Amino acid sequence: MSIALSAPDIKRALTRISHEILERNQGSSSIVLLGIPTRGAHLAARIATIITEIEGVAVPCGTLDITLFRDDLRLRAPKAIMPTTIPPSGIEDKDVILVDDVLFSGRTIRAALDALGEIGRPRTVQLAALVDRGHRELPIKADFVGKNLPTSKSQSVRVLLSEIDGRDEVGIEGEVL
Amino acid sequence: MRHLLSIEDLSKSDAVSILDTAHELARVSDGAVKKLPTLRGRTIVNLFAEDSTRTRISFEAAAKRLSADVINFSAKGSSVSKGESLKDTAMTLQAMGADAVVIRHSASGAAQRLADSQWMSGSVVNAGDGTHEHPSQALLDAFTIRKHLRAGAHDLEGLTVAIVGDVLHSRVARSNVLLLSKLGAKVILVAPPTLLPVGVESWPATVSYDFDSVIPFVDVVMMLRVQQERMSDLYFPNAREYSRYFGLNADRMKSMKQGSIVMHPGPMNRGLEISAEVADSARSVITEQVTNGVSVRMAILYVLLTGSALEAGSN
Repeated sequence: MSIALSAPDIKRALTRISHEILERNQGSSSIVLLGIPTRGAHLAARIATIITEIEGVAVPCGTLDITLFRDDLRLRAPKAIMPTTIPPSGIEDKDVILVDDVLFSGRTIRAALDALGEIGRPRTVQLAALVDRGHRELPIKADFVGKNLPTSKSQSVRVLLSEIDGRDEVGIEGEVL
Repeated sequence: MRHLLSIEDLSKSDAVSILDTAHELARVSDGAVKKLPTLRGRTIVNLFAEDSTRTRISFEAAAKRLSADVINFSAKGSSVSKGESLKDTAMTLQAMGADAVVIRHSASGAAQRLADSQWMSGSVVNAGDGTHEHPSQALLDAFTIRKHLRAGAHDLEGLTVAIVGDVLHSRVARSNVLLLSKLGAKVILVAPPTLLPVGVESWPATVSYDFDSVIPFVDVVMMLRVQQERMSDLYFPNAREYSRYFGLNADRMKSMKQGSIVMHPGPMNRGLEISAEVADSARSVITEQVTNGVSVRMAILYVLLTGSALEAGSN
């Protein structure tokens, strides 16, 4: 496995994304962070912490599980459903920032948009991803990217986070075919 | 998992995963989302060859919340009452493209027969077969118990459950004994000897004939319906005597442990096995069982119908 991002790289990327989110939305007053479980949820919590440090106010942060909205449920073994927690202030007329670890085909984000549509009508929906590895199958793009990682489809990107895996690291596995 | 036929065939980990899935589904449908697109385009047939209100409605509500199409098929008013065999009925459903069949039948083993046959390719869910099993009811009961008494845990370790009444005719009792003991609870069956099945000593449960001696020690009292429609013999002298020894009334409820709950799978014979005061008391979780039933059945359909193309391919 070759290492694409080290722990300090990840920290710097998340700090930059936090600043970009604040800049784009002119502060934190209208934003709601929603992480896609499992690792996206931890990344969203980290971004929320950084934004709080910068702005001095807490931002609403929750999780959005998209399993029930996937378009490939017939083809895959049943996946455990993870918790969805929407902050009490809701998403109505807010700027929702979806947070995921890896942006790949774009199908997860499509499902997330469907899931959001069932919950309410945000003013805008934006997307932050720690890694964009390309190979989109849908017209979806990220607004905030930690790092663009050109990969081959035969490779896989592994994101490790200290909350789950004990350390922070992004690596690429497999050969370019 | 392709079918849900009995608790006996269900592993502990599959049971726990259905309960965990139901927990998340309950949270989703409690919140803003009332309808999920998960099973859009799938067809689920409710094949009820025996009367049922809540199980059929519950499966129908569960399927609809997951956006599946539901076809209700009951014995009365269909060609089953004209003498059509289970095989011909199944082949008709197959021809219509049913992805899953929820079957209630008066013959024990009907669901198993349907699943083992080559008559149809969809999933089979047993919604009660004769006096054999009723797995979805046991799962919703376990879910309700876990929610009240073991919140946050996966199993039912350390709890004691009394199942009281007509065990002989009760598929609910059989499924519950198997599931609750599988999940680590201790089960006590309380009934007159005439209403216990032959071979009950081999069940993973203890037996008592004395309700009053059991009641102060249990966390859950699960009352069973006296199934008069299945009774061809005289099993107890009269209703009043049954009620006095094995009914749950307000007096008896007073000796229950703090925090313990009263359950009943429904429909209730108020005044026979359970008094109206008890059924409507704060300890009673009977209506909540109905609510939880929908979430648990959503979980069952989700687990059986996702990845179905995968399994069909590998067969």
